[in-house]
Amino acid sequence: MDIITHYGTALVLLAGLVGFFMAWGIGANDVANAMGTSVGTRSLTIKQAVLIAMVFEFAGSYLAGGEVTSTIRTGIIDANAFVGHADLLVIGMIASLLAAGIWLIVASHYGWPVSTTHSIVGAIIGFAMVALGNDAVQWNKTLGIVGSWIVTPAISGLIAYFIFLSVQRLIFDTEDPLKNAKRFVPFYMFLTAFVISLVTLKKGLSHVGLQLSNMEDWGYSTLASLVVMVAGYIYIGRKQYNPSDDKDMHFSNVEKVFAVLMVLTACAMAFAHGSNDVANAIGPLSAVVSVVEAGGAVAAKSSIAWWILPLGGFGIVLGLAVMGKKVMETVGTGITHLTPSRGFAAQFATASTVVLASGTGLPISTTQTLVGAVMGVGLARGIAALNMGVIRNIVVSWVITLPAGAFLSILIFWILEALVL
Amino acid sequence: MPANSILGLFAKSPIRPLQQHMDKVHECCQNLLPFFDAVLADDWEKAGQLRNVISGLEKEADSLKREIRLTLPSGLFMPVERTDLLELVKEQDRIANKAKDIAGRVLGRQLKIPALFATEFRAYLARCLDATALAAKAINELDELLETGFRGREVELVNRMISELDEIEHDTDELQIRLRRQLLAIEKDLNPVDVMFLYSILEWVGDLADRAEGVGSRLELLLARS
Repeated sequence: MDIITHYGTALVLLAGLVGFFMAWGIGANDVANAMGTSVGTRSLTIKQAVLIAMVFEFAGSYLAGGEVTSTIRTGIIDANAFVGHADLLVIGMIASLLAAGIWLIVASHYGWPVSTTHSIVGAIIGFAMVALGNDAVQWNKTLGIVGSWIVTPAISGLIAYFIFLSVQRLIFDTEDPLKNAKRFVPFYMFLTAFVISLVTLKKGLSHVGLQLSNMEDWGYSTLASLVVMVAGYIYIGRKQYNPSDDKDMHFSNVEKVFAVLMVLTACAMAFAHGSNDVANAIGPLSAVVSVVEAGGAVAAKSSIAWWILPLGGFGIVLGLAVMGKKVMETVGTGITHLTPSRGFAAQFATASTVVLASGTGLPISTTQTLVGAVMGVGLARGIAALNMGVIRNIVVSWVITLPAGAFLSILIFWILEALVL
Repeated sequence: MPANSILGLFAKSPIRPLQQHMDKVHECCQNLLPFFDAVLADDWEKAGQLRNVISGLEKEADSLKREIRLTLPSGLFMPVERTDLLELVKEQDRIANKAKDIAGRVLGRQLKIPALFATEFRAYLARCLDATALAAKAINELDELLETGFRGREVELVNRMISELDEIEHDTDELQIRLRRQLLAIEKDLNPVDVMFLYSILEWVGDLADRAEGVGSRLELLLARS
């Protein structure tokens, strides 16, 4: 126990450092997935995409990121098992962060599509098993997380399928697609804004000190979304349309309208990603901080220190800023025949699934959710061709990430244990 | 393209290359008009040049076809059947092959088209090329079809084009019969071997329309299945 009292500040600093490192890895690793579709459809330039990602990742992590953190921190491992072993918990969490961060860097280097969420979950399970044996891991909770890997892509796939179907029915398959696009796209904007603002109000603002009733939540969300909708309506009305563009492709101008929507869902994606994935970095960090602050007592629930969320958000933003441009360039050049209408459906579904799932506190994988959404659009016969081989690779890398994260974290845990204890 | 980005999911769309291929095929056929004008004017040098143009375009169409076949690995998830797309591209390619054969054969024999039915022959050729033009137009609707999920109005539009293709093909049959009759009336005064060739050229030009119709029915099958 002395280690906590003696070296508490040093440990917190160390944890903060590796937490920041992990957040940086998340920002660097996931930027392509969160923003790639928008860059690919030419709705956003690389600069704009990185900028939007920075603003909204930070907003998402700060305003709605509190919820998942507790699952990462205490859901996977049994907090009670660590009573009296606070030092192990602190060292283990630091080891997990370092392991997951290293794994992300390695994977990015080799270009494996890994999930940041999985690497940290694997790492925490790994160290807990070595530190205290099987009983320390809450296997039933873990099952829930594993289950979410199947459920979330399925849900986002369904949402994407129906959204895209509605786009086809209401807009593309009509006498005057452009007129209908102008009419209905603002409504999709309303939906997007509504999901985001509702989750923000419900989940996020409590730690900023805002306490609202249910009615107020719904009311404010509706109000904010209406503002977005009207703004979108005006903007779409003012955009220049060129009828001659429709000569060889009847829907060129309609896609122009969707490009506006694409920008909005890109913001939503970045927000959702920030709200969900920042927890991967700061969950373990806040566990360390709360143990040290309590002088070695292990509490199952504790509030997050005020500086932790911004630290995570800032780490992600820095990762984005440093690596984002490079990743975006590869994405933007190697791109596909994705159109804004398809991209919108996929992004909307992903963003809403992620923020809703974050609300339940499950740490889910943004990448997986996006893959599910893309499949959904494909099933609605909206995407010309999907490469199933790539899907297989992605799934395999997801499965491998768990043991890899666990293995690395065990290794680092032993090294730290030898050094510190 | 880093594999850690989800964008590797999106395979190269087969639709745009398919359209490019059909445009190339159509462009190749269009050159038959000036080619036959040169033949009728007895300008064999120009005809030779145009034949090279046609042959070059056919080669380009071939390499496009090959590219489509190579970019359609079996692990793709597409809104339409893979086999349908491959059959469609094969059908498209046969039009260009035919155009090349016609030009090569006429030039090789320096075949004289009797002045008696020159105008009628031009009209016949033009009508056959109408068919290939319409087939190209129908193929160019594929990206719009994708947007509407191969449903609804867009499908009706393409189906209308396909039935119009059938009508054009029927027209060309009528024209061909009339030309054969005219040839029958004058064949005694011509070189018998030339006559045989003329008959087969008439048939081949008609094949252009037949194959354009074939592209239409392939497209119809593709839509019927989706």
